[in-house]
Amino acid sequence: MLERPIEQTSYLRATLKGMGLTLKHMFQESVTVQYPEEKWSLSPRWRGTHRMLTTEDGKAKCVACGLCPTVCPANCIKLVPGEDEQGNRYPLVFEIDEFRCIFCGYCQEVCPEEAIHVGRHYENAEYSREGFVYDLERLMAQTHPVCEMWDPADPKGE
Amino acid sequence: MTLPAFALLQAAPPQSLVVFLIATVVKMLIVFTIYLVGVALLTLAERKVSAWMQDRLGPNRVGKGWLQPAADGLKNIMKEETYPDAAYTPIFVLAPAMSFITALITWAVIPWGAPWDSPWGRIDMAVASLPIGFLYILAISSVGIYGIVLAGWSSNNKYSLLGGLRSSAQMVSYEISMGMATIPVLLLAGNVSLNAIVERQAAVGPLSWNAATTTIAWLIFLIAAFAETNRLPFDLPEAESELIAGYHSEYSAMKFSMFFIAEYANMVTASALMATLFFGGWDIPFVAWDNVAPHTGLKTLLTTILFFVKTLFFVFFYMWIRWTVPRFRYDQLMALGWKILLPISLAYIVIIAGAVVGLQIAGYAPRSWQYSGALFALNVLLVIVLFFVFDRGRIVSPAYSRLDARHLARVRAVTAGRVRRAPSTPTDSAAEATR
Repeated sequence: MLERPIEQTSYLRATLKGMGLTLKHMFQESVTVQYPEEKWSLSPRWRGTHRMLTTEDGKAKCVACGLCPTVCPANCIKLVPGEDEQGNRYPLVFEIDEFRCIFCGYCQEVCPEEAIHVGRHYENAEYSREGFVYDLERLMAQTHPVCEMWDPADPKGE
Repeated sequence: MTLPAFALLQAAPPQSLVVFLIATVVKMLIVFTIYLVGVALLTLAERKVSAWMQDRLGPNRVGKGWLQPAADGLKNIMKEETYPDAAYTPIFVLAPAMSFITALITWAVIPWGAPWDSPWGRIDMAVASLPIGFLYILAISSVGIYGIVLAGWSSNNKYSLLGGLRSSAQMVSYEISMGMATIPVLLLAGNVSLNAIVERQAAVGPLSWNAATTTIAWLIFLIAAFAETNRLPFDLPEAESELIAGYHSEYSAMKFSMFFIAEYANMVTASALMATLFFGGWDIPFVAWDNVAPHTGLKTLLTTILFFVKTLFFVFFYMWIRWTVPRFRYDQLMALGWKILLPISLAYIVIIAGAVVGLQIAGYAPRSWQYSGALFALNVLLVIVLFFVFDRGRIVSPAYSRLDARHLARVRAVTAGRVRRAPSTPTDSAAEATR
């Protein structure tokens, strides 16, 4: 029940006013983004598809410390560490299940080597569920820009 | 009351039967082809208009959007036709055709252009210019209800039946107001032939259009036409949030599409009627050139174009309203039809009949500008009364305020003082309606 004085209520005049509004909108520019052709620019803090950064000689920066599977709240990172002759640790298996991932970005925050990142990328399509389990090779092959995490010194990201 | 002879009606030279038959068949083919293609394009137009009103783009993929109706049609033809086990198949199949064909055949009597004096004799620009054109329209539009009611009933589905019931109640209720609203038009024309109605409106340009001389009747006709065509804000028979899709829940593929097309066909027909009865039909305003002999092909063409422009404006108006006004509640719908529109239209008949008699006694010729001007002035007065006196919580029921006197006084004081928010006190639950 609308609580307003009777002399303020109307139907015909209110309808005319509404029609004026819709007519005005008819000549306003549309806000549609023609998606496959046009794309929004993503926020620098967008957390999307993961990416593993590599060293200059093309190896993954990951040292298999095990922090990211530990911190991951969705338990989507599978890491099996290995060690070479010099005693350097490296990941034997590094898999991220993009379906389980909640894109919180903790893995990037916790990584001491700045190896694993969440990326500014969202277009993922696969023919099978298995396709969404990204292995190390695939994570290294990604080329999209990575997320700039929130910086307390620059809260607005300027 | 003696009526002036209608030049266009009486001056027609006799046609030979062969010419008549050929002309009628050609007119039928042209009209119904344009009509059907136009209706298909209207489904696109509706989507485009709705998109623009919502700051979107609308369909623009299939052939830049233009081929969207063709794609939709193709899709609907390819889809599976379902026949529910419980449905009564003969009527289930018949119903979509009934609702579509009635919309189609109304067009037979609508004059869409000035007559053409062809080398073979005069040809009327209406498929069948019946002398009882208007009665024919009323009769056919009543039959249109059957399509929806029978669809709802034969589907053997609760929601479909509810939709069918609603539509029968709604369309029967509003048909009365619709018929009553056109009586003033007939009073002024003194004839039920649509040609005569157009002829009268051509007298002194837009001032003599029935929208000016019988404005209230036009408004009532407009509202009733929305209800008759089941368009928003009166689309209760198919109210998708309450009845899934109402009477056509059980229909699939092309049979569903027929109802969809029928809705647009009805819309076009009602728009054409509105243009004919209230906006001068094919008459070109401000010039008398189109109404006098010789009736050349050019005049026919121009008046036809103008008629379609007028019709399309009202089609746009339908869409405009649809994307502006939300659906009525069922009790509001019935209250509006029976308690508001019907009494107003009855009173309006008396007013216009009185005015016509008064003007006749005062000695004004029905085709003079003073005659139309006096009626126009009367209507301006009545519209002001309707909009600013009557339209104060009395038209649609939720506009009623239920406040106790003290609270009402406070709200008024607050509004008068331009304070944004009233000090909120709980309203007494036993508050009386102060109306």
